[in-house]
Amino acid sequence: MEEPVIRTKELTKRFGDFVAVDRITFDVHKGEIFGFLGANGAGKTTAMRMLCGLSIPTSGEAMVAGIDVYHHPEQVKRSIGYMSQKFSLYEDLTVLENIRFYAGIYGLTDKQIKNKSEELIEKLGLQKQAKVLVASLPLGWRQKLAFSVAIVHQPKVVFLDEPTGGVDPSMRKQFWDMIYDASADGITIFVTTHYLDEAEYCDRICIMVDGRIKALDTPFLLKKNYGVDNITEVFYRLARTAQRSGD
Amino acid sequence: MRTLKFLLQKEFKQIFRDSNLLRMMFMTPIIQLIILPQAANFTIRNINIAFVDLDHSAYSQRFVNKVLSSGYFQLAGIEPSYQGAYKLIEKDKADIVVEIPKDFESKLNTEENQKLSVSVNAINGVKAAVGSGYLTNIIQDFNRNIQLDWIQPSAMNPMPEVDVVSSNWYNPTLSYYLFMVPGILVLLVTLVGGNMTAQNIVREKEIGTIEQINVTPLKKYHFILGKLIPFWILGVIVFTIGLIIARILYGIIPLGSVALLYFFVSVYLIAIMGFGLLISTYSDTPLQAHSLTFFFVQIFNMMSGLFTPIDSMPGWAKLITDIIPVSYFIEVMRMIVIKGSRFHDIIPHLIAVSIMGIVLNGWAILNYRKTT
Repeated sequence: MEEPVIRTKELTKRFGDFVAVDRITFDVHKGEIFGFLGANGAGKTTAMRMLCGLSIPTSGEAMVAGIDVYHHPEQVKRSIGYMSQKFSLYEDLTVLENIRFYAGIYGLTDKQIKNKSEELIEKLGLQKQAKVLVASLPLGWRQKLAFSVAIVHQPKVVFLDEPTGGVDPSMRKQFWDMIYDASADGITIFVTTHYLDEAEYCDRICIMVDGRIKALDTPFLLKKNYGVDNITEVFYRLARTAQRSGD
Repeated sequence: MRTLKFLLQKEFKQIFRDSNLLRMMFMTPIIQLIILPQAANFTIRNINIAFVDLDHSAYSQRFVNKVLSSGYFQLAGIEPSYQGAYKLIEKDKADIVVEIPKDFESKLNTEENQKLSVSVNAINGVKAAVGSGYLTNIIQDFNRNIQLDWIQPSAMNPMPEVDVVSSNWYNPTLSYYLFMVPGILVLLVTLVGGNMTAQNIVREKEIGTIEQINVTPLKKYHFILGKLIPFWILGVIVFTIGLIIARILYGIIPLGSVALLYFFVSVYLIAIMGFGLLISTYSDTPLQAHSLTFFFVQIFNMMSGLFTPIDSMPGWAKLITDIIPVSYFIEVMRMIVIKGSRFHDIIPHLIAVSIMGIVLNGWAILNYRKTT
């Protein structure tokens, strides 16, 4: 069997006395869509930031794309893409300029950048908006563009931190279609979300409560084990045990 | 190199699309250089003077005209009695009262020495001292035989026993523009280099784009160079605009080498941008960065030697001016522009500013973290 793309062992992050992420251990396989669920303050974003090399773990191990994030956070960054909760494209640059900029700093050649830009613009249906400032695009389109830019360099794994927050249902559907496409291309997807219906789209989901993993399985098995018909119900049962209050 | 190209392209596009930034960049130096030198002027004019003429002679009349024609004084009134003139001082209508005694003209002719009594309203000490200084010169010029009877302030020596003839080197007309304009230009370059750099980086923090940059394999020094180079160029442009304004508006042409000025400003900008960078690493929002910059710029303004001479500051204050890059640049500006100093004259300044550049930038780079 192939080496997992993400492997963590007892990964922990402390901020003073507060244990944001408490000894989490899991594997994520190539091309998998791995959903990370949890209430606000459960530690999802902190866990993700450690895997991206943005935050140094307090203890434990984490390997991303075969690289140890604790010792080589900068090397990890070549193999990953990241889309944060905050909108992270430059609003005062056009659609094309944003694609060019990120492709450029990931080291794509001029020819690659040109091909990639044309391909993305066409895929997103943004031919008319290619030279429009990103600030004037509707939110749903911006998120789709941000996702495309996050995988412009064909990373091994892409981390999505609540990518569909505030996006309308039809756009969310389109967004998930893009996630499936990327996954079919062999890109591993690590996604956190608040929308529990989206959890059903994931291959496996992991539910965090108070910095710990409370459940980790396929949506089907989770529902079966808890004897309920949707993930929302599973989530509520687990979240009820939470000690920490969300912010 | 290629990475830097993408960063610079992005930065310049953003700068040229930010009309507020451009306005601030170019209008601020123009407006400041037009207005500030007029206000920050130490030449004291419009001193209100009142006379008590008890002589009523042609000679006393000539004396009054002589004083008024100097251009520094404004007539507040000619009173028949000292009491009347004193009232003018009380009402703050007169700063100086000159009393011309009875038989002023005839006694001057017969007794050679005559006394004039001068009263000064010393609430505004500077105005009083400078005003009576002017008056002394005018009177001595008018007639060396007049002895001033000073009522206040008494510090003035009424009858100089030694004639002091001063000649002003480098700035023979004692033009305050020549003194102030180069210094004001330094503050402007400082503002552009320090504040704009800090604001720009902190804005990326606030919007969240910096996090996106931090997950890329982009090297720290690439990111920092990508920020410093554009603002370095803008700083040099603002400096050039300033030099042009100084020439057109105030007729100031640097006596020394313009190339040397540019060389120094190049080094200086690196140091002051390091300062901006350092501020940005310590602040999370533009407001924080602004407060921090404001705090330091106030100190820079006061301690730089722009308004007050560093030589007359107390020892501890001089130590502060030693670690402020602005004070070195102001001195170098005045040296090159007014005195025509050469490269070897400014070597100590260059070394000091270079060290500051290395320390500030080094500190900022150490403190800028992609990973927390």
